[in-house]
Amino acid sequence: MKKVKVYVTLRESVLDPQGSAVMGALHSMNYKEVSDVRIGKFLELQIEESDRDLDTTVKEMCEKLLTNTVIEDYRYEVEEVAGK
Amino acid sequence: MKFAVIVFPGSNCDLDMYHAIKDELGEEVEYVWHDETDLSGFDGVLLPGGFSYGDYLRCGAISRFSNVMSEVVKAAEAGKPVLGVCNGFQVLTEAGLLPGALLRNKNLKFMCRTVGLKVENNETQFTSAYQKGEVIQIPIAHGEGNYYCDEETLTRLKENNQIVFTYASENPNGSIEDIAGIINEKGNVLGMMPHPERAANDIMGGSDGLALFKSIVKQWRESHVNHA
Repeated sequence: MKKVKVYVTLRESVLDPQGSAVMGALHSMNYKEVSDVRIGKFLELQIEESDRDLDTTVKEMCEKLLTNTVIEDYRYEVEEVAGK
Repeated sequence: MKFAVIVFPGSNCDLDMYHAIKDELGEEVEYVWHDETDLSGFDGVLLPGGFSYGDYLRCGAISRFSNVMSEVVKAAEAGKPVLGVCNGFQVLTEAGLLPGALLRNKNLKFMCRTVGLKVENNETQFTSAYQKGEVIQIPIAHGEGNYYCDEETLTRLKENNQIVFTYASENPNGSIEDIAGIINEKGNVLGMMPHPERAANDIMGGSDGLALFKSIVKQWRESHVNHA
């Protein structure tokens, strides 16, 4: 069993109004050193062993459903799930 | 002409769409549940607004994989008119039937009011009953209607006259080039954030949306009389 952590963020070229609002709040709280805030999503998938290649499967899932590649980028990490 | 109104779990403008076709135009219309696998008996497809699958993950992301969507793709490929309004527009972009994507409104608010829409292109089967440059009053109701596409796509949209509607005075969501609605290259798939079906009778506060549905029917009648 593997645990796959997928991080989804808006692409650099896409404005992130939520991130801008949060940065505005941080600035008003006097954290002026914050120069950018980007808000994204975090997905955690538990994946059983199978004869399919894990990387291929994860990329497929990310590009078909989990992200919209027109506006989002993703990266992921794979962890072993111990003791199960 | 027989229309299908696709119903996803969470659609909520399906009744208005049905009403516009049946009661205002007197054409045939049926609700089609998202699990259905055959749209061959229909001449046109309407994807209504709402919050299909609760907008989980992204608006339209999950609906795009429902059974009926492969039929919607087939209908679009066959040249049948396909109209996506609001959430329907989001589904069409997720499905790749229209380019670009809809982002969160720039002001982060759900915008619900009537706006002025400029008809940029009246040479489509959806807008032939309007004048070019005409400003019509149509309600909007969305939190994620901020149309986005990359530069290259935008250039292509402009070159092919695919921008059909823009916001006339104030842009409610921050969309690129004030875009409110676009059509595919072939000219048979239209997606728009504003709700023409909510402006189908004066009793609803306006009837400027009706001409859109009338245009579709007119085009269909003309092409089918010619081919008969």
